[in-house]
Amino acid sequence: MKIKVNNEYQEFDGEITVSELLTKNNVEMPDMVSVQLNGEFVKRDNFSSTSLTDQDEINFLYFLGGGNF
Amino acid sequence: MSLTDEQLERYSRHIILKDVGIEGQEKILNGKVLIIGAGGLGAPIALYLAAAGVGTIGIVDGDLVDRTNLQRQVIHFTPDIGKPKVISAKEKIKEINPDIKVNTYQYLASAENISDLIKGYDFIIDGTDNFAAKFLINDACVMAGKPFSHGGILRFDGQTLTHTPGNACYRCVFKEPPPKDAVPTCSQAGVLGAIAGMLGTIQAAETLKFFIGKGELLVNRLLIFNALDMTFRNVTLKRDLNCPVCGQKPSITALTDYEQAACDLKGQR
Repeated sequence: MKIKVNNEYQEFDGEITVSELLTKNNVEMPDMVSVQLNGEFVKRDNFSSTSLTDQDEINFLYFLGGGNF
Repeated sequence: MSLTDEQLERYSRHIILKDVGIEGQEKILNGKVLIIGAGGLGAPIALYLAAAGVGTIGIVDGDLVDRTNLQRQVIHFTPDIGKPKVISAKEKIKEINPDIKVNTYQYLASAENISDLIKGYDFIIDGTDNFAAKFLINDACVMAGKPFSHGGILRFDGQTLTHTPGNACYRCVFKEPPPKDAVPTCSQAGVLGAIAGMLGTIQAAETLKFFIGKGELLVNRLLIFNALDMTFRNVTLKRDLNCPVCGQKPSITALTDYEQAACDLKGQR
């Protein structure tokens, strides 16, 4: 199946959860990312129980500090 | 208000723009902007807004200029080391454009003072370095019905969104500050100086668009860029009706100071 991750398609053979997708995309700290799936935010507690389906669109949005430091 | 000959000359490249004109320039001249943080983001923002003729610029920052700031905080110069950032910034603004009224607030924004700070301003800009301040600015602006620009930078990445009342806020995207154990990664991260300029000038452009009332603000959108690949993406956002601060039944109704742990490098500079 194809999933659009941050605007680019990625292909997967079997079922994949949000948590697994984060791991596959080398997101080391899931606590630092908000996940938007098809326009809706996924609660952090549901990352491992939320499975993705073909043509889903998912965005990883990171906390960015910045500015002064 | 009518523009003097000198103003017509100074702002001629604005005035010649169909979407600005004399009317738009007058709106900019009447504008009051509060910049919270006179650092990497606040520096280019203040320089461009001063040059553009924003009538009143307030700057909030409790820090002194440090040598490590000079790599990106372009409003501060080498002889300014040790000087309060708000004073250093005010001096440059006045040199660029003596007509600007500059208000300086040499302390950190806090739950106690932020409502008073933002009160007299039309548009607020988040140029802060820590999540505690970012959430505080968001919550205070949402509660007071003030529009603001959020900005964040790290390493080679930047992101920004503009909030106007009734639209998605920072907390719709990020519910609460990241946990403290996420801090070490942040504090070792570093930032490419020019990124601050890239993001700060986007925030400055949003501010000017807000005043002239033309174009589409970054409302209900998060603009994210990575300067290593030099890719930009827009993520469409929806206001979260369950948002703890801007939702229909907000659970946050008073301002609080979060612990300044996240991404605060002060102890390690």
